[in-house]
Amino acid sequence: MKPAPFDLVAANDMSEALEALHQGGTEARVIAGGQSLVPMLNMRLASPTTLVDITRIPELSRIEANTDRINIGAAVRQSTLERWPDLADRLPLVHAALPWVAHTQLRNRGTICGSVAHADPSAELPLCLIALGGTVTLRRRRKTREVAARDFFQGMMSTDLAPGEMIVSVSFPARKSSTGYAFREVARRHGDFAIVACAATARPDGTATLTVGGVADTPRTLELPADRADLDDRLNEFAWHLQARDDLHATARYRRDLVRKLGRETLKEALPCRD
Amino acid sequence: MPRLTKDETHPVRFTLNGRPVSVRAYPRALLTDALRHEIGATGTHVGCEHGVCGACTVQVDGEPARACLMLARQAEGCEIRTVEGLNNKDALSPLQEAFREHFALQCGFCTAGILMSLDALFSPQPDAEEDAIREALSGHLCRCTGYAPIVQAALAARNRIKGGPIDA
Ligand SMILES: Cc1cc2nc3c(=O)[nH]c(=O)nc-3n(C[C@H](O)[C@H](O)[C@H](O)COP(=O)(O)OP(=O)(O)OC[C@H]3O[C@@H](n4cnc5c(N)ncnc54)[C@H](O)[C@@H]3O)c2cc1C
Ligand code: FES
Ligand code: FES
Repeated sequence: MKPAPFDLVAANDMSEALEALHQGGTEARVIAGGQSLVPMLNMRLASPTTLVDITRIPELSRIEANTDRINIGAAVRQSTLERWPDLADRLPLVHAALPWVAHTQLRNRGTICGSVAHADPSAELPLCLIALGGTVTLRRRRKTREVAARDFFQGMMSTDLAPGEMIVSVSFPARKSSTGYAFREVARRHGDFAIVACAATARPDGTATLTVGGVADTPRTLELPADRADLDDRLNEFAWHLQARDDLHATARYRRDLVRKLGRETLKEALPCRD
Repeated sequence: MPRLTKDETHPVRFTLNGRPVSVRAYPRALLTDALRHEIGATGTHVGCEHGVCGACTVQVDGEPARACLMLARQAEGCEIRTVEGLNNKDALSPLQEAFREHFALQCGFCTAGILMSLDALFSPQPDAEEDAIREALSGHLCRCTGYAPIVQAALAARNRIKGGPIDA
């Protein structure tokens, strides 16, 4: 099928984009890489009357590395970040997760912020943003605000984004020395959405986090104390707490099993000299 | 503000296989449709129109991408390369030749897209490992041939592009 008709605004700068989004209200949408939006348009799951293409706004195509944060503009493509020479050193979790996002042919167009805006419960990038405690910067005509990732994602494909508003950048806290990071995923085939994806961080004081995507309607985090004698029980309780459902790709039971086993392995990898 | 209204066609300019082209397209027109219906470049195939099958893969500024997930207008100013740009004059490229020799296609529906992904892989990396070849192919579905002959053809083409022995 083909998309329903829409006006297309090819914004040259932020004020053009924000004005068009403001005018279009709930009927307007941003188009970035189009890798999730165009399938939805083609299947007529979405029929906005205005699309605002933001990919040619120069200030949105920057990767800004500060001492403790990496800010990624809304036009930065997934493959551009993948090739950023400092990625493995500054954002080891994202470095490990990015190759799992779709296929090269899709990462060449898809943006980091577009994946965050789309908020698929199985998507790797929202998972990483939550696991690292990142933030999302949103802008509308007269207001800019920064929201913690864990508050931005509100449900399956539903976020805190308001009508007339767009994501201008996301911000990932950079690697801290002596913190360990690990990412693991199980999918039907490489490049498919995750059945279960796990991201672990292990801090120098011994505490750790495990964030799991693909099970609940948003990625969820389990905080773990330094003493992990009862790790199996905690993982089991967490697996049930996520309220997995049966679907085409996997049963709820298989998902719970993956949370327990893959979760344990991911934590172990993040903590090379412990456990 | 450059607003392209939905009921009219608007000019889109890009280069196609090195030649500048200009087409008129509605804002909602997909790049696949602009190529096939407006320009008549039907080498690029359309399977699923949601990014899954890879039949429509073209190169956009040297990188493989799904033409079915691009609005025609998003190609403005880009260098688009399609399967029609692979051969030089009337001769098949080494990659196309290897596909023929290794029976790496049957109906050919998937082939144009696969060739564009492999060509984009080999251009900067003529000695790509088999893993990288398989990774590039993982973005493509072939419903006839099976992937073994396609991998063999890619390996043979790689050796030929490098100037090594012809058989992998
Ligand atoms: C075959 C296939 C396989 C895939 N596999 C995976 C996978 O394994 N893992 C995965 O994570 N993803 C996968 N994806 C999705 C892909 O990663 C998309 O690129 C990504 O989800 C969306 O990014 P985009 O830039 O293409 O956004 P678009 O498609 O342009 O937009 C997606 C949504 O976000 C909104 N949006 C985009 N940018 C902004 C912004 N700056 N501000 C406000 N709203 C915005 C749009 O309005 C739209 O609603 C797959 C897609 C396909 C087609
Ligand atoms: S037609 Fe584009 S990926 Fe199937
Ligand atoms: S040769 Fe028929 S689909 Fe691949």
